Amino acid sequence: MLVYLIRRLGQSALVLVVMAVLVFIGIYAIGNPVDVLISPEADLAEQQATIARLGLDRPLWEQLWLFLVNAVQGDLGRSFVHGVPALRLILERLPATLELALVALVVALSVGVFLGLWAGLKPDALLGRSIMTGSILGFSLPNFWLGLMLILVFAVLLQWLPAGGRGETVDLLGIRTSLFTLDGLSHLLLPAITLALYKTSLVIRLARAGTREVVLQDYVKFARAKGLSPSRVIYVHVLKNIMIPVVTVVGLELGSMIAFAVVTETVFAWPGIGKLLIDSIVNLDRPVVVAYLMMTVFIFILINLAVDLLYSLLDPRVRLSEAGA
Amino acid sequence: MSEPDPGLSSGAVVAEPETLHAPPPRLSSPLARLALDFCASRPAVAGLAVILVVAVAAIFAPLIVPQNPYDLAQLDIMDGTLPPGSPSYAFGTYWLGTDVQGRDMLSAIVYGLRISLLVGSVSVAFALVIGSAVGLVAAFFGGGLDSLLMRIVDIQLSFPAILVALILLAIFGNGVDKVIIALVIVQWAYYARAVRGSALVERRKEYIDAAVCLGLGTRRVLFGHLLPNCLPPLIVIATVQVAHAVALEATLSFLGVGVPITEPSLGLLIANGFEYMMSGRYWISFFPGVALVVVIVAINLVGDRLRDLLNPRLQR
Amino acid sequence: MNRILAACAGGAFVLGLAQAALSGTALVGTALADDLTIGLASEPSALDPHYHNLTPNNAAWQHIFDGLISQDAKQRLQPGLAVAWKPLDATTWEFDLRKGVTFHDGTPFDAEDVIYTIRRIPNVANSPSSFTIYTKSIASMEAKDPYTLIIKTEAPRPLLPTELSNLAIISKETCEGASGGDWPKTEDFNSGTLAVGTGPYKFAEFVKGDRLVLTRNDDYWGGKPTWDKVTFKPISSDGPRVAALLSGDVDVIDNPPTQDLPRLKADKNINVYSGLSNRVIYLHMDQFADDTPGVQGTNGRNPFKDKRVREAVSKAIDRKAIVEKIMGGVAVAAEQLLPKGMFGADPALEVEAYDPAGARKLLAEAGYPDGFKLVLGTPNDRYINDEKVAQAVAQFLTRVGIQTTVDASTKSVFFKRRNSYEFSMYLAGWGSGTGEMSSPLRALVATPDKEKGYGGTNRGRYSNPAVDAKIDEALQTLDDAGREKLLQEASDLVIKDYGILPLHYEVTSWATRKGLAYEPRTDQYTSAMSVTQAQ
Repeated sequence: MLVYLIRRLGQSALVLVVMAVLVFIGIYAIGNPVDVLISPEADLAEQQATIARLGLDRPLWEQLWLFLVNAVQGDLGRSFVHGVPALRLILERLPATLELALVALVVALSVGVFLGLWAGLKPDALLGRSIMTGSILGFSLPNFWLGLMLILVFAVLLQWLPAGGRGETVDLLGIRTSLFTLDGLSHLLLPAITLALYKTSLVIRLARAGTREVVLQDYVKFARAKGLSPSRVIYVHVLKNIMIPVVTVVGLELGSMIAFAVVTETVFAWPGIGKLLIDSIVNLDRPVVVAYLMMTVFIFILINLAVDLLYSLLDPRVRLSEAGA
Repeated sequence: MSEPDPGLSSGAVVAEPETLHAPPPRLSSPLARLALDFCASRPAVAGLAVILVVAVAAIFAPLIVPQNPYDLAQLDIMDGTLPPGSPSYAFGTYWLGTDVQGRDMLSAIVYGLRISLLVGSVSVAFALVIGSAVGLVAAFFGGGLDSLLMRIVDIQLSFPAILVALILLAIFGNGVDKVIIALVIVQWAYYARAVRGSALVERRKEYIDAAVCLGLGTRRVLFGHLLPNCLPPLIVIATVQVAHAVALEATLSFLGVGVPITEPSLGLLIANGFEYMMSGRYWISFFPGVALVVVIVAINLVGDRLRDLLNPRLQR
Repeated sequence: MNRILAACAGGAFVLGLAQAALSGTALVGTALADDLTIGLASEPSALDPHYHNLTPNNAAWQHIFDGLISQDAKQRLQPGLAVAWKPLDATTWEFDLRKGVTFHDGTPFDAEDVIYTIRRIPNVANSPSSFTIYTKSIASMEAKDPYTLIIKTEAPRPLLPTELSNLAIISKETCEGASGGDWPKTEDFNSGTLAVGTGPYKFAEFVKGDRLVLTRNDDYWGGKPTWDKVTFKPISSDGPRVAALLSGDVDVIDNPPTQDLPRLKADKNINVYSGLSNRVIYLHMDQFADDTPGVQGTNGRNPFKDKRVREAVSKAIDRKAIVEKIMGGVAVAAEQLLPKGMFGADPALEVEAYDPAGARKLLAEAGYPDGFKLVLGTPNDRYINDEKVAQAVAQFLTRVGIQTTVDASTKSVFFKRRNSYEFSMYLAGWGSGTGEMSSPLRALVATPDKEKGYGGTNRGRYSNPAVDAKIDEALQTLDDAGREKLLQEASDLVIKDYGILPLHYEVTSWATRKGLAYEPRTDQYTSAMSVTQAQ
């Protein structure tokens, strides 16, 4: 287990470095951030002074070397735009994104499992088939379009919910969260639904397929034969067994949720790291873009590991050495 | 997670008016049987019909739309943001209204469909070819090459497509060709993994051994014998991936890193038009959005049905 | 199992709460009457007033800090922390400072604070756009007494008071040594520790990307500010920003998209305030290279070196139609680089009339009867409707035979390509930070000259010695009337030579909920001080 962990983390570190270098060079090639950042009133001398101040006058290989040396020491550079360490900027914004992704995950899981279970128990009923066709629609609605439509309907036409931004936050163990205020939750609802829809469709399909398999298993038949109430059979025996694939896939999808938050956060002006990424790309704020990607990849690695661990807890037959592939 | 196939068991064939291939009375060939099973699902048939209509419209766009939306000489800003049904001086009627440049929205949508479908299908085609080749090679040769290639595939798949494409396009700049390249890069690994998976199974079967024993060349064994037997799951993935690619392209264009404004895809039309949405000029954004969703739903309906028929074990 | 049920139950719980929130939102929109929430299109990158010379940053610091001199809504100079100023000779200025002013932390304000501020300007670490452009003419400073400041410049500098109005005065007593090093750090301003000024509002909270909260400074020297609490929320997407106003989330937004203005104006719950800005949108043409990159079909000649072609381009464009249809009427067709009425604008110039026939005739005379092919470069996220305006220009040029394609790119890419002279013609904009004509003339049309700081943005490389001479002379003239006349003459020379083609002046708009009024500013700053309760 330990060997497995070390090998996996080693590979991940290599990926992290290669990616950081490629992105570093790529953004260097796009353009000079000073062109965007500097006041147009600045004359040529001032432009060159600024380039020097930000260390952009040095050759690429030197900038890259400096970056790598500092990165090893945990310093991912300072944002060109904000002048503060890029990592700190990201960590400040991370709670907002995680909050959004987690709520979306909870929505996707609860709604998806419920509907999927239903569709799986009654596959030929009209409702079961409608749920399945509906899940195709869920797959198909592009994230940004759904967000725009939700804003139009719920914020502008009905004026029930705010159109964007994050609501009131409270400090919980040093992390700012908007999960515990009404205002915060009302701001969270639309973006969370937008982000959750695709995953909900995914969970519906997983849960339905799992249910259809499980209800044919002997232990379910025995449980029924034993005279257990249908609801107990469903909630205890069926649900537990369909959760294994659902948790695995959804856990892995948490990473892609954080990535897709880029789109959702842009639409809803949600102050998370996704929006920071878009702004930083626009401003060629290279330290922030590179730090964002390293951070995100790091989170993926953690999630993958966590899913493997959770998987082995849910299903004792699985041993971690097998999941190494 | 194998499902009993409702298509096979029910066997009830409902003849749809839109059905394009009438099923033969006897299930003579596997293909005909597939077509028959496919038609058992009404949504899937409807989806296929929509795809065919849209594809024909996109291919023959210059012949069927009243205006070439890319030809600036045909536009007039004095005709800008006219509502649907407004008369035009140049030709009949702007059935779906105009955008701010005086561009006929109907024409723009058909041309936008063209770009969207072009990007979707071409990127999938390239990704399919590259990914299958990698997967076949990995499965056939095995060993170190296999684990190296699969390592790369794993790494590629561990990055979310949207992020990779976003960064790539930020670096490449706007352009239809660049969007296609970015989409190929984020998609090929799916096919590589799928082909390797089924090729590993097929490889162990006798007919491959027989082919090798007969002294056929590696290339012939790979592409003549192994590949055709790995096709069914590929067809399913490819169909669904076209929908994915179209949606992804729209998203990228919405974020401003996709196709250039001179050749707007559906996604870019939506993004441009959304600014006008709240001012009541809904048509600039709404109709392209509807077109986009209809196309993606249609492709997904077909893909979903194909998945049930060809590869019930496949997850997505 | 229990875990799973708990997860599902948790989901239901959150949904339930959300529904509760849903019915509770009516409360959200109706904040206390003296609280103000403003939705910003772009947020400040830092609260350090000397870190980044950028419109959102400058607009933000005006709340917390004061300048020595302030600019009113029309960018005319008004007393700030200096009550009066005058030149003693060509290179010496005297400033009388306001007495009895204290910073938010109670430290008193005097001349040492001004000197400290000006000395800090070149010492801001990592500044992506420094304020040194306003201080580099200063040779020496001296506090004659705590409330009299003498500043000497290297050469005659008529713009010194204007330049000083861009600098926020910080407290020497508070800042010196506060960050450990020699000079205060940007982070300590962002965290609020050093965001201590003399301005009308005090720092309360700054969460980047989310909010900036300020509270009233009851001891403000300029009278009691209107609002108890001001909250700025960055909402960069246009649609959601408007939606936030319509749903009552915010009280004021800046830059409502032009296409929404008709609807907002028609809405009786919304007020729209618009004002002419100091920003001109212009076309610049490569007038330097012989083989210009973006032109085809001219046998290798650069058509824009011929004044007749430049004139033809100008005549081919229907500026009024662009203003009407693309800008939704919220812009003013431009005849020069700064609107008439601002310092140095020539009142005699008129907007070029739309004359496609005349344009074709001029093109034929210049030897291009069949026109040529042209690529028009434009950013697509920098100016109001930039890319749409470029498309409309392309439409007009194509009609007179210049077959134009638009090459639009995001601002980072656009500026790089423009600065490496990749465009034969490009669309861009210029806002005059000083509010007078020498700013656009010096930057856009003066012959590039690093020593003099001329032509920093003259990427068409237009060069006219007569224009340069007039600008030189104006920048040495302390007498306002004499300087204004010279600037007017320079403007006249450039426009009649078609050295640059102004298209329109941007009009900046703000939308407020009913019951509020906004006084538009030509510098496009969004400010709580401009918001009043409507009568």
